[in-house]
Amino acid sequence: MPEEGMEDNKEGEERPKWNNKAEYLLTCIGFAVGLGNVWRFPYLCQIYGGGAFLIPYLIALVFQGLPLLYLELAIGQRLRMGSIGVWNSISPYLGGVGVASMLVSFCVSLFYNTIVAWVLWYLFNSFQEPLPWSQCPLNHNNTGYVEECVESTPVNYFWYRQTLNITPNMETSGSLQWWMVVSLATAWSIVYICFVRGIETIGKAVYVTATFPYLVLTIFLVRALTLPGAYEGLIYLFTPDWEILKNPQVWLDAATQIFFSLSVAFGGLISFSSYNSQKNNCEKDAVLVGVINSATSIYASIPIFAILGFKAHTNYVTCLNGNILALTNEFDISDMNITVENYEQWFDSLNGTHPSRVSDLKLKTCDLQTFLDQSASGTGLAFIVFTEAVISMPGSQVWAVLFFIMLFSLGLSSMFGNLEGILTPLHDLKLVPKWMPNELFTAIICLLLFLMALIFCLGSGNYWLEIFNSYVGSVPFLIIAFFEIIAVAYIYGIGRFSDDLEFMTGHRPNIFWKVCWLVISPLMLFVVLVAYVAVQAQTPPTYAAWNPDYVNFPNTEVLPYPDWVFAICVLLSSVPVISIPLVAIYRLICCMSGRHSKDSLHNNPNPYANEDYVVELLL
Amino acid sequence: MLVWILFLLCQVGAPALAQDLCQRDAPNGYKVRISLKTALGEDAYEWNQSEMFFFQATMAFAMRRHFQMETYNVDNIILCVQTSRVSFWFVVTSPDNTTMLIPKADVEKAVRMSRHRINNAFLLSDRTLEFLGIYPTLAAPVNPDTPPWLIVFGVVIGAVCAGIIALLVSSLLQKRRKEKGMTEDGQDEEDMQVKGVENGINLDGTYNRGFTDDDRFTKL
Repeated sequence: MPEEGMEDNKEGEERPKWNNKAEYLLTCIGFAVGLGNVWRFPYLCQIYGGGAFLIPYLIALVFQGLPLLYLELAIGQRLRMGSIGVWNSISPYLGGVGVASMLVSFCVSLFYNTIVAWVLWYLFNSFQEPLPWSQCPLNHNNTGYVEECVESTPVNYFWYRQTLNITPNMETSGSLQWWMVVSLATAWSIVYICFVRGIETIGKAVYVTATFPYLVLTIFLVRALTLPGAYEGLIYLFTPDWEILKNPQVWLDAATQIFFSLSVAFGGLISFSSYNSQKNNCEKDAVLVGVINSATSIYASIPIFAILGFKAHTNYVTCLNGNILALTNEFDISDMNITVENYEQWFDSLNGTHPSRVSDLKLKTCDLQTFLDQSASGTGLAFIVFTEAVISMPGSQVWAVLFFIMLFSLGLSSMFGNLEGILTPLHDLKLVPKWMPNELFTAIICLLLFLMALIFCLGSGNYWLEIFNSYVGSVPFLIIAFFEIIAVAYIYGIGRFSDDLEFMTGHRPNIFWKVCWLVISPLMLFVVLVAYVAVQAQTPPTYAAWNPDYVNFPNTEVLPYPDWVFAICVLLSSVPVISIPLVAIYRLICCMSGRHSKDSLHNNPNPYANEDYVVELLL
Repeated sequence: MLVWILFLLCQVGAPALAQDLCQRDAPNGYKVRISLKTALGEDAYEWNQSEMFFFQATMAFAMRRHFQMETYNVDNIILCVQTSRVSFWFVVTSPDNTTMLIPKADVEKAVRMSRHRINNAFLLSDRTLEFLGIYPTLAAPVNPDTPPWLIVFGVVIGAVCAGIIALLVSSLLQKRRKEKGMTEDGQDEEDMQVKGVENGINLDGTYNRGFTDDDRFTKL
């Protein structure tokens, strides 16, 4: 293993360092805390019986999340290299794990920054009075509103038509939407400016991007609790339904949520911790990052659900007011005699005396529970449900701007980790030509990613993004993490790893960590992987298309994936992880042809070793 | 005598005739619906006969304005079927012949022309003073020359580009300063090495750090 105190690599160039511990912690926290904490966890909490979901969630955190997190931070800090270098050092046969990490980070960066670009687009549009998604635009000859908007809602129209300009199905690609290209260019420029000088600039940027979301969440919390309907929303969220714990799907979703939320297996955490000095207590760091990530999820769900409760309440009141107006007009009752409070009594008395007239009015049934049940996660929560809620809040521009800046900060700090998982391995692989300064290399990678992400700016871009999200951003990570933990616990050896941890933190890992690394976490990961693949295999490969000509519009049309698209899905899932066996086979072949000794020399660079004095064992 | 009786009959018959002209679902009439409490809340005034008279006067004004005939009067606006909603029907008779009604289309044109004035007279809006059958024209959207989002985008991208250029230039300057500093130090090192080494052979080999001066001063 590398000698202690090795600060420099072969060229004598010093490895970049964090300015202080706070920057490192904020970067890791920022990477872990992302959009999923805000728009996936509250949704899971809601559909899986509120407070009861916290039990499988916390169990998964303690037995799966924290051990993996500690493992990644520890090996990065000890071996002081990016993901490819680290896995090459641990075992040359498992070098493919690092390559897989890098490839998956590459694919995730593509679509994740597109989501950030959408957030930027909404942010730019929030500086208008009135908000563009609050009303339908007029049609060509100014006689009425655009039909598509009237049939659905202004919020849906703004998202599907004016933002995405979505095509009715995946076969129609549509053209490049210039406003989306512009937003994407802005997103990549901002990512580049934070990456220009590597962790020097990232460390400065995370002071803002990692802390600002907490400020906004607190502001929203205070505001949301004063809105009518907030308490109904919170009660609905947190009322535990203990029966749900018998459903295995809950446990599966809790485990996958913890796993994806902590952003392990990206290689980004390994890179970040590799810039630390070796004598750093990474155990405390891991526990801190993991706990803060989960705490943020829980903290974020409070204002989100208060606001969703407010939205449900507003919809309920609007529905009732529509009925009240209809009744008032039909029976010529004095204005404002029927109110929301006495609606029931009036309705019963009128229905008793004139049932036929009342039924002719076709009144809607207004049930608060139905409105509360309208849940959404992901982009639907942020761009449709939340924007609708914001319109009803007084001072909507301010709230919209705050909300989208928060989402932007969350996405940007996660992008740092994604991109770091690509750049650091490439640097450590010495693939960067010597004449090229780091700034130029980063610029080339950002430009390449921007150009490739242009497919998400086509008319069918959203469908492609969903595919990337479901197929790249799921199974490959589980596989990579499984191999990571097997590599460290069994191939590298828990004894050697404990020695390294003792060197770094000052004490050996206690029995809890060892049991987790050896037995519990690999077992849990394996079970989760198998269950996840089984569930995915059972769900038919379909997608929800927005088709204005559909019979049941505004409901989305459920279409099956075309065959060529499904082939691409399978490729996306398998190509990143195929590097694991490929590299193993390649190394095996090299080893059998007798170049093993030279490899071991390269793997253990001893700064005091003078190659002139090595005796070649093979003659 | 006969003339006197005929005159009396006309006096009685005229209102009755007027009532026949104005009725619920009259072919040339419009239903008006007013929501005072929704519009004004606490400041809502009471709807009484004086307000009805005001409405007649406003409608007469609208008819005068549209047809540019100074002969329309409050008597030409006939109201009926008043409810507590508040809603009522009205018809407009021609000033020349009180038995003849103005067609629906003409009344609509007059109302559309003066809609804003009628609304303001009663402190109401298109939504709270409804003429059923006459739809309010939609407000033309305000279309700024440059979309506002483009302005915000311009500001952001300008700031980011300026930042990138500033950072790149400062990195470049830092590197130049380092190179200058290093060449000055490097010359000293080269002199030292040339002095220490008899021939230049060592410089070609691999630098073995086992022979570096880790401790320049030996510990006692």
